Amino acid sequence: MPQATAAPVQEALLPILQRFDTDSQNLLQILVEIQHALHCVPPEAVDLVAAHLGATRAHVRGVVGFYSFLSDHYLGDYVIHLSDNVTDRMLGNRELAEYLCSRLGVKLGKVRADGRASVNFTSCTGMCDQGPAALVNGLAVTRLSRERIDRMVELITARTPVSAWPAEFFEVEDNFRRSDVLFRRPFEPGAAIQAAMLRGGDETLKDIQLEEAVDPASGTLWKRGADETLKELYRSDLRGRGGAGFKAAIKWETCRDTAGGERYVVCNADEGEPGTFKDRVLLHTYADMVFEGMTVCGYVVGSGLGILYIRQEYWYLKPHLEAVLARRREAGLLGGNILGTGFAFDIDLHWGAGAYICGMESAMIESIEGKRGKPRKRWPLPVVAGVRKCPTVVNNVETFAAAGMIALKGGAWFAAHGTMHSTGTKLFCVSGDCERPGIYEYPFGVSVREILRDCGGSEAQAVQVSGPSGTTITRSEFDRVLAYEDLSSVGTMMVFGPGRDMFEVVENFSHFFQHESCGLCTPCRVGTSLLVNLVDKVARGKGSPMDLDEIQKLSHIMKTTAHCGLGQTAPNHLLDSLLKFRPVWDARMMTTEFEPAFDLDEALEEARQLSGRDDAGAHL
Amino acid sequence: MDHTKTFFLDGQEIPFKEGQTVFDAAMTAGVYIPHLCHNPDYEPHSSCRLCTVIVNGRPFAACTQPAVAGQMIQNDTPELREMRRTLTQMLFVEGNHYCPACEKSGHCKLQATAYDLGLQDNHFPQFFPKREVDATHPDFVLDRDRCILCGHCVRVSRDVDRKCVFAMTHRGIKTEIVVDSPTGLLKDSQLTVEDEAANVCPVGALMLKRKGFQVPIGERPYDQAPIRVDSVKNFKVREERRHG
Repeated sequence: MPQATAAPVQEALLPILQRFDTDSQNLLQILVEIQHALHCVPPEAVDLVAAHLGATRAHVRGVVGFYSFLSDHYLGDYVIHLSDNVTDRMLGNRELAEYLCSRLGVKLGKVRADGRASVNFTSCTGMCDQGPAALVNGLAVTRLSRERIDRMVELITARTPVSAWPAEFFEVEDNFRRSDVLFRRPFEPGAAIQAAMLRGGDETLKDIQLEEAVDPASGTLWKRGADETLKELYRSDLRGRGGAGFKAAIKWETCRDTAGGERYVVCNADEGEPGTFKDRVLLHTYADMVFEGMTVCGYVVGSGLGILYIRQEYWYLKPHLEAVLARRREAGLLGGNILGTGFAFDIDLHWGAGAYICGMESAMIESIEGKRGKPRKRWPLPVVAGVRKCPTVVNNVETFAAAGMIALKGGAWFAAHGTMHSTGTKLFCVSGDCERPGIYEYPFGVSVREILRDCGGSEAQAVQVSGPSGTTITRSEFDRVLAYEDLSSVGTMMVFGPGRDMFEVVENFSHFFQHESCGLCTPCRVGTSLLVNLVDKVARGKGSPMDLDEIQKLSHIMKTTAHCGLGQTAPNHLLDSLLKFRPVWDARMMTTEFEPAFDLDEALEEARQLSGRDDAGAHL
Repeated sequence: MDHTKTFFLDGQEIPFKEGQTVFDAAMTAGVYIPHLCHNPDYEPHSSCRLCTVIVNGRPFAACTQPAVAGQMIQNDTPELREMRRTLTQMLFVEGNHYCPACEKSGHCKLQATAYDLGLQDNHFPQFFPKREVDATHPDFVLDRDRCILCGHCVRVSRDVDRKCVFAMTHRGIKTEIVVDSPTGLLKDSQLTVEDEAANVCPVGALMLKRKGFQVPIGERPYDQAPIRVDSVKNFKVREERRHG
């Protein structure tokens, strides 16, 4: 791929721009396509895109600057992003990064002088059960090893296009280790929509063809099916699987009952919480179930458009998802006349571009509208004024999958599983120090100990439940249960074996939050950096007890004043670590009460460089 | 007083009008809530978080929180003062704010708020960012190191001047102002001295050239009155202007 210059930029851009109309909401999707085509968004592209959409250059630059995977400079013919979750580190990604850089003759974070390749770290790519992982030109590569890197370097040296690389590099396993009632049997496409539409009718109705049973003009049965399905959702007591646990039925009903022309159904497949990879598996193997849940939601709330917002790391799923959507359109399960009833609903794919914050509802909606993914003001809620200020349901991938099954099998069936306040089953993404990492489905109420036993991780000294923003659990707490009554969770379980240094965990997590803070509010923007500085100071062996007090104070301020969940939860892991793993901190302390962050000898470095001296006399 | 339209702020009963925020109702009643990213003339933004108050036990930004009858709200408590002090220190260390040499001194909301909160030092080690200074425009200097990312220039240029001269780029601690022009420089932008955005910067990030010491030190607004007095007074003037 040649280095981008003005003429080829225009040539490459025209077909992309032709595919999108001039609605400014297309901005992010256009930029994603340009980044894939040119491995950068050069200034000429900024001009052309701004002109195409009638947007300002500053706005376009602002969006390019916001997302990790968009770049204003050329990233090389081969763009390599190494996943840097703590689980990748535990599998040796740091050594592999060094090895890769030395083999390629490239400095980490820089493009090789000849423009051939660049190597960078990136936040968790959702392959924790088969890491160390990477993205090469946007495509997921799993199970990195020295051997695999040697092969990659050969291919890069020979300029072999990534499309011709060995398929095994890109193999992604489901690793679905345990299924329960929700994901046990194959799902028959269309069954849930049909069940929803017929719900509330007497038994004989079920033998009638849908097109005879449903009269879109009078809308009687149509409306009854939607109302009855909503009742089933209430009966199921399904709570959002994204972690917050808000009741899905309330959301759907509020959306339905809010005045407003259009309504939108948004499926959150951003899954940026490090250690989480269930959306990857659901969208790969249970895509029909997810799309079906979205369609049922559209039917219940009266929406014509669903949007699957999916993280850039899963770009490799694009052909698969498009094929599933096309098949569903052909089968009359999407489009203008679903199951012959006149109900119209379709689903668009919206790609993220590397921003954890976009997993947050209102930031995701900003991103869907093509803007910087910064969270909106707290009010009005997205369910009242979401996409294009219209009533919008935003639910997690797993929530929609469950909703589809509830439409099919009824709320009582679902509520029979799990616990009093956490009905149904939950998927858990298990990674780290265990024999069988992967996806496990359990009824809510399962204990940490049971999952550890099943995955072969009973030796663990700690488990990070629900990702870096969640809770750190130690051995004495392994009988705690996963349910909203005790440990609420997005479903992430990172297991740390007895030999792990738990300080390295907080180092990884604190840097993650600094990198992912959107920068909108003061406590998160500055607080995440102050916390990193303090953690790094302790890591250098310069820490003092005062620094630990400082971490606690800052954490309290962030939890109280940050605008959104990111800043409010970013210090959780530090507070847990200080409470439960104090010895790993104490071992790194200097003994005094206070150590300045300022290092006098280091401060002389600039003077040494200017004077060209590095002898003993130039040091303290 | 119609008690179905009041809430309690630090024990004081405050009346509000339907649709009013906690911030607006408090300021109308003459109670100051510290703030930096909010200017009552424009849509609130809730990013600086200085106006955080505790509503029925939970923290919210007063500038975007709707007033509801019967709310029990804490505003001027030692805990909140301490947090606001820390937030202000955060703003001081992430940028380069050298008040003694800054022309904005005495007009600057960051400086005045720091005085009001009793800030004695920056507490945290300085970040010393190296962001670009844009002095290309004949009438303006844009010093990004003095920017507190309140977003006033962005919102006002977009919503009032209809020019969209400013936007934000990058994210997190690297967030900074970007200028809309072919070169990215202020001189090639549409910004003029007549723009409302020209005078909206609460700190010394966007300043007019050739205005140095026109108002002598000691006679500047916050030399005359502390920000809590000035702010409430201005709010009242504005309300009277709006509602006659």
